[in-house]
Amino acid sequence: MARLVGAICTSHIPAIGHAIARGQEQDTYWRPFFAGYPRARDWLSEADPDVAIVVYNDHGLNFFLDKMPTFAVGAAPEYRNADEGWGLPTVAPYPGDPELSWHIIESLMNEEFDVTSCQEMLVDHAFTVPLALLWPGRSRPGLRTVPVCLNTIQHPLPSPLRCYKLGQAIGRAIASYPQELRAVVIGTGGLSHQLDGQRAGFINKEFDLMCLEKIVSDPRALTRYSIRDLVLLAGTQGVELISWLVARGALDERAAKVHSHYHLPVSNTAAGLLVLENAAA
Amino acid sequence: MSYRDPLVTAAKPRSCAIPGTYWFDGALALKGYPLNKMCYSFNEATNRAAFLEDEEDYCARFGLSDEQRDAVRRRDVLALLESGGNVYYLAKFTGIFGLGVQDIGAQQTGMSVEEFRAKLQAAAV
Repeated sequence: MARLVGAICTSHIPAIGHAIARGQEQDTYWRPFFAGYPRARDWLSEADPDVAIVVYNDHGLNFFLDKMPTFAVGAAPEYRNADEGWGLPTVAPYPGDPELSWHIIESLMNEEFDVTSCQEMLVDHAFTVPLALLWPGRSRPGLRTVPVCLNTIQHPLPSPLRCYKLGQAIGRAIASYPQELRAVVIGTGGLSHQLDGQRAGFINKEFDLMCLEKIVSDPRALTRYSIRDLVLLAGTQGVELISWLVARGALDERAAKVHSHYHLPVSNTAAGLLVLENAAA
Repeated sequence: MSYRDPLVTAAKPRSCAIPGTYWFDGALALKGYPLNKMCYSFNEATNRAAFLEDEEDYCARFGLSDEQRDAVRRRDVLALLESGGNVYYLAKFTGIFGLGVQDIGAQQTGMSVEEFRAKLQAAAV
Protein backbone atom coordinates (compact mmCIF):
# COMPACT_ATOMS: atom_id res chain seq x y z
CA MET A 1 0.00 0.00 0.00
CA ALA A 2 1.07 3.56 -0.61
CA ARG A 3 2.11 5.63 2.34
CA LEU A 4 2.22 9.39 2.76
CA VAL A 5 5.42 10.08 4.70
CA GLY A 6 4.91 13.77 5.31
CA ALA A 7 4.66 17.23 3.84
CA ILE A 8 7.00 20.07 3.08
CA CYS A 9 5.72 23.61 2.63
CA THR A 10 8.07 26.14 1.09
CA SER A 11 8.15 29.48 -0.68
CA HIS A 12 8.77 29.37 -4.44
CA ILE A 13 10.10 32.87 -5.18
CA PRO A 14 11.61 33.09 -8.71
CA ALA A 15 14.68 34.92 -7.36
CA ILE A 16 15.59 31.66 -5.55
CA GLY A 17 15.74 29.96 -8.95
CA HIS A 18 18.05 32.71 -10.21
CA ALA A 19 20.27 32.36 -7.12
CA ILE A 20 20.53 28.58 -7.64
CA ALA A 21 21.26 29.01 -11.36
CA ARG A 22 24.04 31.51 -10.54
CA GLY A 23 25.47 29.53 -7.60
CA GLN A 24 24.84 32.36 -5.11
CA GLU A 25 23.72 30.19 -2.17
CA GLN A 26 26.61 31.34 0.02
CA ASP A 27 26.32 35.05 -0.78
CA THR A 28 25.57 37.31 2.19
CA TYR A 29 22.07 38.04 0.93
CA TRP A 30 21.20 34.39 0.31
CA ARG A 31 22.99 32.44 3.04
CA PRO A 32 20.34 33.00 5.78
CA PHE A 33 17.64 31.77 3.42
CA PHE A 34 19.39 28.66 2.12
CA ALA A 35 20.51 27.79 5.66
CA GLY A 36 16.99 26.53 6.32
CA TYR A 37 17.11 23.77 3.71
CA PRO A 38 19.75 21.18 4.71
CA ARG A 39 17.52 19.93 7.54
CA ALA A 40 14.63 19.46 5.11
CA ARG A 41 16.91 17.57 2.70
CA ASP A 42 18.16 15.32 5.51
CA TRP A 43 14.60 14.46 6.47
CA LEU A 44 13.75 13.75 2.83
CA SER A 45 16.70 11.44 2.33
CA GLU A 46 15.60 9.48 5.40
CA ALA A 47 11.91 9.44 4.42
CA ASP A 48 12.95 8.54 0.85
CA PRO A 49 9.74 9.27 -1.08
CA ASP A 50 9.26 7.85 -4.59
CA VAL A 51 6.67 10.45 -5.58
CA ALA A 52 6.15 14.13 -4.82
CA ILE A 53 2.63 15.52 -5.08
CA VAL A 54 3.33 19.19 -5.75
CA VAL A 55 0.54 21.62 -4.84
CA TYR A 56 1.22 25.02 -6.37
CA ASN A 57 -0.26 27.88 -8.37
CA ASP A 58 0.47 28.63 -12.03
CA HIS A 59 1.58 32.21 -12.78
CA GLY A 60 0.53 32.36 -16.41
CA LEU A 61 2.73 29.70 -18.00
CA ASN A 62 0.30 26.81 -18.50
CA PHE A 63 -3.04 28.47 -17.87
CA PHE A 64 -4.42 31.72 -19.23
CA LEU A 65 -7.70 33.43 -18.41
CA ASP A 66 -9.39 31.78 -21.40
CA LYS A 67 -9.66 28.61 -19.30
CA MET A 68 -8.93 28.92 -15.61
CA PRO A 69 -9.52 25.76 -13.59
CA THR A 70 -9.90 26.11 -9.85
CA PHE A 71 -8.17 22.77 -9.23
CA ALA A 72 -6.15 21.03 -11.95
CA VAL A 73 -4.33 17.71 -11.58
CA GLY A 74 -1.57 16.62 -13.93
CA ALA A 75 -1.93 13.19 -15.54
CA ALA A 76 1.08 13.17 -17.83
CA PRO A 77 4.18 10.96 -18.22
CA GLU A 78 6.35 14.07 -17.80
CA TYR A 79 6.02 17.76 -17.04
CA ARG A 80 8.00 20.30 -18.98
CA ASN A 81 9.12 23.69 -17.78
CA ALA A 82 9.27 26.61 -20.27
CA ASP A 83 10.18 30.28 -20.66
CA GLU A 84 8.08 32.42 -18.32
CA GLY A 85 9.12 35.58 -20.11
CA TRP A 86 11.35 37.27 -17.56
CA GLY A 87 14.58 35.35 -17.73
CA LEU A 88 14.51 32.35 -15.37
CA PRO A 89 16.52 29.56 -17.05
CA THR A 90 14.37 26.63 -18.14
CA VAL A 91 15.00 23.30 -16.39
CA ALA A 92 14.73 19.71 -17.62
CA PRO A 93 11.33 17.94 -17.47
CA TYR A 94 10.20 16.07 -14.36
CA PRO A 95 8.82 12.53 -14.68
CA GLY A 96 5.16 12.01 -13.88
CA ASP A 97 3.23 9.01 -12.57
CA PRO A 98 0.07 8.86 -14.71
CA GLU A 99 -1.28 5.78 -12.94
CA LEU A 100 -1.14 7.48 -9.54
CA SER A 101 -2.49 10.70 -11.09
CA TRP A 102 -5.55 8.93 -12.43
CA HIS A 103 -6.10 7.18 -9.12
CA ILE A 104 -6.02 10.58 -7.37
CA ILE A 105 -8.35 12.11 -9.99
CA GLU A 106 -10.83 9.21 -9.67
CA SER A 107 -10.70 9.36 -5.91
CA LEU A 108 -11.17 13.14 -5.77
CA MET A 109 -14.11 12.99 -8.20
CA ASN A 110 -15.71 10.29 -6.03
CA GLU A 111 -15.49 12.77 -3.17
CA GLU A 112 -17.12 15.53 -5.27
CA PHE A 113 -13.95 17.48 -6.03
CA ASP A 114 -14.57 18.11 -9.72
CA VAL A 115 -10.99 18.63 -10.83
CA THR A 116 -9.62 19.37 -14.29
CA SER A 117 -7.32 16.64 -15.56
CA CYS A 118 -4.33 17.62 -17.70
CA GLN A 119 -2.45 15.24 -19.99
CA GLU A 120 -0.16 18.08 -20.98
CA MET A 121 0.87 20.61 -18.39
CA LEU A 122 3.75 23.06 -18.35
CA VAL A 123 5.03 23.60 -14.82
CA ASP A 124 6.37 27.00 -13.79
CA HIS A 125 8.76 28.24 -11.07
CA ALA A 126 6.20 27.46 -8.35
CA PHE A 127 6.74 23.78 -9.16
CA THR A 128 10.41 23.72 -10.19
CA VAL A 129 11.98 26.03 -7.58
CA PRO A 130 10.80 24.01 -4.54
CA LEU A 131 12.01 20.76 -6.16
CA ALA A 132 15.40 22.36 -6.90
CA LEU A 133 15.60 23.53 -3.28
CA LEU A 134 14.66 20.17 -1.81
CA TRP A 135 16.57 17.90 -4.20
CA PRO A 136 19.49 20.02 -5.45
CA GLY A 137 20.96 18.70 -8.69
CA ARG A 138 18.11 16.16 -8.91
CA SER A 139 19.61 14.29 -5.96
CA ARG A 140 16.76 11.75 -6.03
CA PRO A 141 17.01 10.30 -9.55
CA GLY A 142 13.71 8.95 -10.84
CA LEU A 143 11.58 10.98 -8.44
CA ARG A 144 8.09 11.01 -9.92
CA THR A 145 5.71 13.93 -9.58
CA VAL A 146 2.00 14.75 -9.62
CA PRO A 147 1.25 18.46 -10.04
CA VAL A 148 -1.88 19.83 -8.36
CA CYS A 149 -2.50 23.40 -9.47
CA LEU A 150 -4.73 25.91 -7.66
CA ASN A 151 -6.16 29.11 -9.14
CA THR A 152 -4.76 32.08 -7.22
CA ILE A 153 -5.02 34.57 -10.11
CA GLN A 154 -8.67 35.30 -10.78
CA HIS A 155 -11.30 35.62 -8.06
CA PRO A 156 -13.25 33.78 -6.86
CA LEU A 157 -10.41 31.63 -5.50
CA PRO A 158 -11.04 28.40 -3.59
CA SER A 159 -11.44 29.13 0.11
CA PRO A 160 -8.88 28.07 2.71
CA LEU A 161 -11.42 25.59 4.10
CA ARG A 162 -12.07 24.07 0.68
CA CYS A 163 -8.33 23.73 0.11
CA TYR A 164 -7.84 22.02 3.46
CA LYS A 165 -10.62 19.58 2.55
CA LEU A 166 -9.02 18.99 -0.86
CA GLY A 167 -5.86 18.06 0.99
CA GLN A 168 -7.77 15.63 3.20
CA ALA A 169 -9.21 14.00 0.08
CA ILE A 170 -5.71 13.75 -1.46
CA GLY A 171 -4.53 12.09 1.75
CA ARG A 172 -7.32 9.49 1.48
CA ALA A 173 -6.53 8.98 -2.22
CA ILE A 174 -2.91 8.15 -1.42
CA ALA A 175 -3.91 5.89 1.47
CA SER A 176 -6.17 3.88 -0.86
CA TYR A 177 -3.59 3.45 -3.64
CA PRO A 178 -2.81 -0.27 -3.84
CA GLN A 179 0.79 0.02 -5.04
CA GLU A 180 3.78 0.03 -2.73
CA LEU A 181 5.13 3.55 -2.76
CA ARG A 182 6.12 6.38 -0.52
CA ALA A 183 4.71 9.83 -1.27
CA VAL A 184 5.43 13.31 0.06
CA VAL A 185 3.18 16.32 -0.45
CA ILE A 186 4.88 19.62 -1.26
CA GLY A 187 2.83 22.81 -0.76
CA THR A 188 4.45 25.83 -2.40
CA GLY A 189 4.13 29.59 -2.15
CA GLY A 190 3.85 32.34 0.45
CA LEU A 191 4.34 33.53 2.95
CA SER A 192 3.18 37.15 3.11
CA HIS A 193 3.87 39.31 0.06
CA GLN A 194 2.17 41.69 -2.32
CA LEU A 195 3.54 42.54 -5.75
CA ASP A 196 0.80 44.81 -7.09
CA GLY A 197 -0.83 48.11 -6.23
CA GLN A 198 0.18 50.98 -3.98
CA ARG A 199 0.35 48.38 -1.20
CA ALA A 200 3.19 46.54 -2.98
CA GLY A 201 5.89 45.43 -0.55
CA PHE A 202 3.40 44.53 2.17
CA ILE A 203 4.78 41.89 4.55
CA ASN A 204 3.21 40.71 7.84
CA LYS A 205 5.74 38.86 9.96
CA GLU A 206 3.43 38.48 12.95
CA PHE A 207 0.74 36.80 10.83
CA ASP A 208 3.30 34.54 9.10
CA LEU A 209 4.74 33.33 12.39
CA MET A 210 1.27 32.65 13.73
CA CYS A 211 0.49 30.61 10.56
CA LEU A 212 3.75 28.65 10.87
CA GLU A 213 2.70 27.60 14.35
CA LYS A 214 -1.03 27.08 13.82
CA ILE A 215 -0.68 25.06 10.64
CA VAL A 216 1.07 22.43 12.75
CA SER A 217 -0.99 22.48 15.93
CA ASP A 218 -4.42 23.70 14.83
CA PRO A 219 -4.74 23.96 11.04
CA ARG A 220 -8.50 24.27 11.30
CA ALA A 221 -8.01 27.68 12.88
CA LEU A 222 -6.51 28.88 9.58
CA THR A 223 -9.44 27.51 7.59
CA ARG A 224 -11.70 30.09 9.23
CA TYR A 225 -10.07 32.86 7.22
CA SER A 226 -11.70 33.93 3.97
CA ILE A 227 -9.66 34.69 0.87
CA ARG A 228 -10.28 38.38 1.50
CA ASP A 229 -8.90 37.95 5.04
CA LEU A 230 -5.76 36.39 3.60
CA VAL A 231 -5.33 39.22 1.08
CA LEU A 232 -5.73 41.73 3.89
CA LEU A 233 -3.43 39.92 6.33
CA ALA A 234 -0.85 38.35 4.01
CA GLY A 235 -1.04 40.42 0.79
CA THR A 236 -2.49 39.63 -2.64
CA GLN A 237 0.09 36.88 -3.26
CA GLY A 238 0.10 35.79 0.39
CA VAL A 239 -3.07 33.86 -0.49
CA GLU A 240 -0.68 31.14 -1.67
CA LEU A 241 -1.02 29.92 1.91
CA ILE A 242 -3.89 27.85 0.49
CA SER A 243 -1.30 25.48 -1.04
CA TRP A 244 0.13 24.95 2.44
CA LEU A 245 -3.37 24.15 3.68
CA VAL A 246 -3.81 21.51 0.98
CA ALA A 247 -0.51 19.91 2.00
CA ARG A 248 -1.41 20.03 5.71
CA GLY A 249 -4.86 18.62 5.03
CA ALA A 250 -3.35 15.55 3.38
CA LEU A 251 -1.63 14.55 6.65
CA ASP A 252 -3.02 13.04 9.80
CA GLU A 253 -4.07 15.73 12.29
CA ARG A 254 -1.38 14.46 14.67
CA ALA A 255 1.44 15.09 12.17
CA ALA A 256 4.57 16.33 13.91
CA LYS A 257 6.80 19.25 13.06
CA VAL A 258 10.33 18.25 12.10
CA HIS A 259 11.66 21.67 11.15
CA SER A 260 10.65 25.21 10.26
CA HIS A 261 12.50 28.22 8.97
CA TYR A 262 11.51 31.82 8.31
CA HIS A 263 13.53 34.54 6.67
CA LEU A 264 12.71 37.88 5.11
CA PRO A 265 12.97 39.53 2.76
CA VAL A 266 13.70 37.28 -0.18
CA SER A 267 12.96 39.55 -3.13
CA ASN A 268 9.55 41.01 -2.11
CA THR A 269 8.54 38.07 0.04
CA ALA A 270 8.75 36.61 3.52
CA ALA A 271 10.10 33.10 2.91
CA GLY A 272 8.80 30.19 4.96
CA LEU A 273 9.69 26.52 5.19
CA LEU A 274 7.94 23.80 7.18
CA VAL A 275 8.67 20.06 7.34
CA LEU A 276 5.98 17.81 8.79
CA GLU A 277 6.22 14.10 9.42
CA ASN A 278 3.00 12.15 9.08
CA ALA A 279 1.68 10.20 12.06
CA ALA A 280 1.85 6.42 11.73
CA ALA A 281 -1.27 5.02 10.08
CA MET B 1 -37.21 41.02 -4.43
CA SER B 2 -35.02 43.87 -3.25
CA TYR B 3 -33.83 41.89 -0.23
CA ARG B 4 -30.20 40.77 -0.53
CA ASP B 5 -28.75 38.27 1.82
CA PRO B 6 -25.87 40.09 3.55
CA LEU B 7 -23.78 36.91 3.55
CA VAL B 8 -24.05 36.56 -0.20
CA THR B 9 -23.02 40.19 -0.62
CA ALA B 10 -20.10 39.70 1.72
CA ALA B 11 -18.96 36.60 -0.13
CA LYS B 12 -18.62 38.58 -3.35
CA PRO B 13 -17.43 42.07 -2.50
CA ARG B 14 -17.99 44.73 -5.15
CA SER B 15 -14.66 46.10 -4.15
CA CYS B 16 -12.25 44.39 -1.83
CA ALA B 17 -11.89 47.71 0.01
CA ILE B 18 -8.29 47.02 0.91
CA PRO B 19 -6.40 50.22 0.14
CA GLY B 20 -3.82 49.97 -2.62
CA THR B 21 -5.07 46.52 -3.65
CA TYR B 22 -6.79 45.40 -6.84
CA TRP B 23 -9.43 42.68 -6.64
CA PHE B 24 -8.93 40.76 -9.88
CA ASP B 25 -12.40 39.29 -10.35
CA GLY B 26 -14.63 38.77 -13.39
CA ALA B 27 -15.23 42.48 -13.97
CA LEU B 28 -11.54 43.37 -13.99
CA ALA B 29 -10.60 40.19 -15.87
CA LEU B 30 -13.13 41.09 -18.60
CA LYS B 31 -11.79 44.62 -18.90
CA GLY B 32 -8.18 43.46 -18.90
CA TYR B 33 -8.54 40.49 -21.23
CA PRO B 34 -6.82 41.93 -24.34
CA LEU B 35 -3.99 43.40 -22.26
CA ASN B 36 -3.44 40.19 -20.29
CA LYS B 37 -3.63 38.12 -23.46
CA MET B 38 -0.90 40.23 -25.02
CA CYS B 39 1.24 39.92 -21.91
CA TYR B 40 0.68 36.15 -21.81
CA SER B 41 2.07 35.99 -25.36
CA PHE B 42 5.38 37.33 -24.01
CA ASN B 43 6.17 33.85 -22.68
CA GLU B 44 7.57 33.36 -26.21
CA ALA B 45 10.84 35.08 -27.10
CA THR B 46 9.70 35.65 -30.69
CA ASN B 47 6.67 37.57 -29.44
CA ARG B 48 8.81 39.72 -27.15
CA ALA B 49 10.98 40.54 -30.15
CA ALA B 50 7.92 41.32 -32.28
CA PHE B 51 6.66 43.73 -29.62
CA LEU B 52 10.00 45.52 -29.51
CA GLU B 53 10.06 45.64 -33.31
CA ASP B 54 6.72 47.46 -33.61
CA GLU B 55 4.97 48.13 -30.33
CA GLU B 56 1.91 49.91 -31.74
CA ASP B 57 1.25 47.19 -34.27
CA TYR B 58 1.66 44.49 -31.64
CA CYS B 59 -0.85 46.19 -29.29
CA ALA B 60 -3.30 46.63 -32.15
CA ARG B 61 -3.19 42.91 -32.92
CA PHE B 62 -4.56 42.17 -29.45
CA GLY B 63 -7.19 44.92 -29.55
CA LEU B 64 -6.01 46.90 -26.52
CA SER B 65 -8.21 49.80 -25.47
CA ASP B 66 -6.86 53.37 -25.70
CA GLU B 67 -6.44 53.39 -21.92
CA GLN B 68 -4.43 50.16 -22.07
CA ARG B 69 -2.28 51.34 -24.97
CA ASP B 70 -1.49 54.54 -23.16
CA ALA B 71 -0.53 52.65 -20.00
CA VAL B 72 1.67 50.33 -22.09
CA ARG B 73 3.39 53.29 -23.74
CA ARG B 74 4.11 54.79 -20.33
CA ARG B 75 5.18 51.41 -18.73
CA ASP B 76 2.91 52.59 -15.91
CA VAL B 77 2.10 49.58 -13.73
CA LEU B 78 -0.65 51.24 -11.67
CA ALA B 79 -2.38 52.37 -14.86
CA LEU B 80 -1.98 48.88 -16.29
CA LEU B 81 -3.61 47.40 -13.16
CA GLU B 82 -6.35 50.03 -13.31
CA SER B 83 -7.11 48.99 -16.90
CA GLY B 84 -7.47 45.33 -15.91
CA GLY B 85 -3.93 43.99 -16.02
CA ASN B 86 -3.01 41.20 -13.64
CA VAL B 87 0.45 41.39 -12.14
CA TYR B 88 1.44 37.84 -13.12
CA TYR B 89 0.93 38.66 -16.81
CA LEU B 90 2.22 42.23 -16.45
CA ALA B 91 5.50 40.82 -15.08
CA LYS B 92 6.08 39.28 -18.50
CA PHE B 93 5.64 42.75 -20.03
CA THR B 94 7.86 44.62 -17.57
CA GLY B 95 10.41 41.80 -17.86
CA ILE B 96 10.99 42.85 -21.48
CA PHE B 97 12.56 46.04 -20.12
CA GLY B 98 14.49 44.22 -17.41
CA LEU B 99 12.16 45.45 -14.66
CA GLY B 100 11.78 42.95 -11.82
CA VAL B 101 9.31 42.88 -8.96
CA GLN B 102 11.36 45.31 -6.87
CA ASP B 103 11.55 47.80 -9.72
CA ILE B 104 7.80 47.69 -10.22
CA GLY B 105 7.27 47.74 -6.44
CA ALA B 106 9.27 50.96 -6.30
CA GLN B 107 7.38 52.42 -9.25
CA GLN B 108 3.96 51.65 -7.77
CA THR B 109 4.81 53.05 -4.35
CA GLY B 110 6.60 56.14 -5.64
CA MET B 111 9.90 55.15 -4.05
CA SER B 112 13.38 54.60 -5.35
CA VAL B 113 14.35 50.93 -5.63
CA GLU B 114 16.71 51.43 -2.68
CA GLU B 115 13.90 52.89 -0.57
CA PHE B 116 11.61 50.03 -1.56
CA ARG B 117 14.25 47.47 -0.55
CA ALA B 118 14.70 49.26 2.77
CA LYS B 119 10.94 49.07 3.33
CA LEU B 120 11.05 45.28 2.76
CA GLN B 121 14.04 44.95 5.06
CA ALA B 122 12.24 46.93 7.75
CA ALA B 123 9.48 44.30 7.85
CA ALA B 124 11.99 41.84 9.34
CA VAL B 125 12.08 43.69 12.65
